[in-house]
Amino acid sequence: MKVLVAVKSVPAVAGRIGLTPDERAIDTKHLSFTISPHEECAVEEAVRLIEKGGGDSVVVTLGPEAAVEQLRDALALGIARGIHLVTDGEEWDPESTAGAIVEAIRADEAESGPFDLILMGNESADSAGYQVAVRVAAALGRPVVTTIKGLAVDGRTVRCEQEASGGRDVFSLPLPAVVAVLEGLNLPRFPSVPGRLRAKSKPIATSRPARPEQRLEMQRLVVPQGATKQAEILGHGAEAAPKVVEVLSGLGLV
Amino acid sequence: MADILVLATSTAGVVDEVALQAITFGRRMAAAGAVHVFVAGDEAAAGALAGSGATRVHLARHDAFATFAPDAVAAALWQVAGEIRPAAIVGPGTEAGNTILARTAARAGLPFAANCVALTLGEPSTLTRLRWGGSLQEEAILRGRPAIASLAPHVVAAETADAAAPEVAPFTPALADADLVVRVVDRVPAASGGVSLADAKVVVSGGRGVGSADGFAPIEELAALLGAAVGCSRAVTMAGWRSHTDQVGQTGTKIAPNLYIACGISGATQHMAGAKGAKKLLAINKDAEAPIMAAADYAVIGDLHEIVPAISAEIRRVRGG
Ligand SMILES: Cc1cc2nc3c(=O)[nH]c(=O)nc-3n(C[C@H](O)[C@H](O)[C@H](O)COP(=O)(O)OP(=O)(O)OC[C@H]3O[C@@H](n4cnc5c(N)ncnc54)[C@H](O)[C@@H]3O)c2cc1C
Ligand SMILES: Nc1ncnc2c1ncn2[C@@H]1O[C@H](COP(=O)(O)O)[C@@H](O)[C@H]1O
Repeated sequence: MKVLVAVKSVPAVAGRIGLTPDERAIDTKHLSFTISPHEECAVEEAVRLIEKGGGDSVVVTLGPEAAVEQLRDALALGIARGIHLVTDGEEWDPESTAGAIVEAIRADEAESGPFDLILMGNESADSAGYQVAVRVAAALGRPVVTTIKGLAVDGRTVRCEQEASGGRDVFSLPLPAVVAVLEGLNLPRFPSVPGRLRAKSKPIATSRPARPEQRLEMQRLVVPQGATKQAEILGHGAEAAPKVVEVLSGLGLV
Repeated sequence: MADILVLATSTAGVVDEVALQAITFGRRMAAAGAVHVFVAGDEAAAGALAGSGATRVHLARHDAFATFAPDAVAAALWQVAGEIRPAAIVGPGTEAGNTILARTAARAGLPFAANCVALTLGEPSTLTRLRWGGSLQEEAILRGRPAIASLAPHVVAAETADAAAPEVAPFTPALADADLVVRVVDRVPAASGGVSLADAKVVVSGGRGVGSADGFAPIEELAALLGAAVGCSRAVTMAGWRSHTDQVGQTGTKIAPNLYIACGISGATQHMAGAKGAKKLLAINKDAEAPIMAAADYAVIGDLHEIVPAISAEIRRVRGG
């Protein structure tokens, strides 16, 4: 089995989001980088599939030089090799992102055969376009399902489960297929020290695709002004309990 | 003036609230133009659009729509677009709406903007859309006709129009075999029980500050006393203390309770992205400077391991007396 997983390097924002002076990017001076939790689950699933059935696994990212760190993280978890589509740091819209990933897939498949399964996040953590997986599948003429929280490969089919009201809806797709997953699909492992060491010598192929005209083009970012509240301090420690219960009574809960 | 095509999703004969919001959004863009509403398979929903502002309802009839089949829906929607040549195709920014519109855009070779809060048609169109689960917004340009976009849920209120009931035009879409491959083939019922997090009126959550899986016992006790659902932060699910189904946030469940009690949770943007719908927030945290304080209505400062059991005891005392 040959599996591809696609990850996007994004700043690990936690508190209030700060912007660069031109308001076209998040100020990342004091931030580390990570990938979406959905993509972490995609990586974990790819590693499990190969552990179980053997085969080849590849992680691809389109992003700046520094995004190689996110590839190394996936390699440390057990993915065999990486493909880095290097950008100069400018944003790529979902359509051109999918285009570049499709080119990379075609090149890799010409060398070493088709990917049975392509795993992606349901939506990227930052721009959340909800479409790269669908576009990649459409370009390759392969079936795609999104919002997947359960996945099992059986021979040449993949059974995929999606949460629905009152249960789970089941899809059954012929391989090769594309699956966009959600966090909760599995519980990702943490990288081990030997895993990190091995990752250093795993191969990463790089190329620099040309950025086409953007048809969904970000002009400016805006941090929405959430209403900052002045919390009413009900007290300190266990002594606050009667005051809390007063508030609960006021809300009709006690 | 522009003709707009709206994707209306429905559940067992009832048009989804978010789809009615998308129709209202479409009406505003159409001005004096026509508002075409597309419904896949659901006869009752198609007949229930009087007062929605729809000018005409296109009801696609096909066996493929017996269960969710997103490529079949996209194919039928794009077929209607080919006939009426709308200036825009819009729909709800739900998982179903986004996947159908993404598939429509991929099929059409057009760009797609998910989760918009504003869209002005033009050459190019301009829009505002959500990033980071709504913690950030982007102003963007969209180059493509028809403009294809989804509307973020609950940013536009559905408005009723006093127009006459729209004409329902049934048609049978021409679907290729490839459009029928992706479809729901089975349904696994959920193990019922407990209050669902998304619908709960009260949610009591624990974060890293709870310290362990066992540390959730007092949180569960308080939740039981209040008829609340138990939630948690991602730090907790990553540690394996609780299942991801309990996670509140950008990549977890979005909650909208009357009261949210967050214990030992710092209030990261991705957590708060799932808690914005809470009407009141009580934060229990040992750090009076934690970011969650800026979103809290009430706060108790101190160790949650002392505070939470004390609240439960006080509730019992008051109720018992
Ligand atoms: C793309 C992306 C998506 C994400 N999605 C989500 C998501 O859906 N949901 C989510 O929750 N997170 C999400 N995260 C993670 C998020 O950024 C934070 O890391 C996470 O929410 C932190 O959880 P926490 O508040 O429990 O832990 P911490 O940030 O470590 O905070 C612990 C808090 O507990 C307090 N505390 C400690 N001990 C006690 C005590 N004894 N009594 C009282 N208070 C105490 C501390 O003062 C502190 O405020 C996401 C991150 C990324 C990058
Ligand atoms: N720059 C990128 N590099 C690699 N994969 C990406 C990139 N952008 C998006 N993806 C993949 O496509 C998924 C959906 O992204 P999006 O359509 O932007 O929400 C992500 O979760 C990734 O798996």
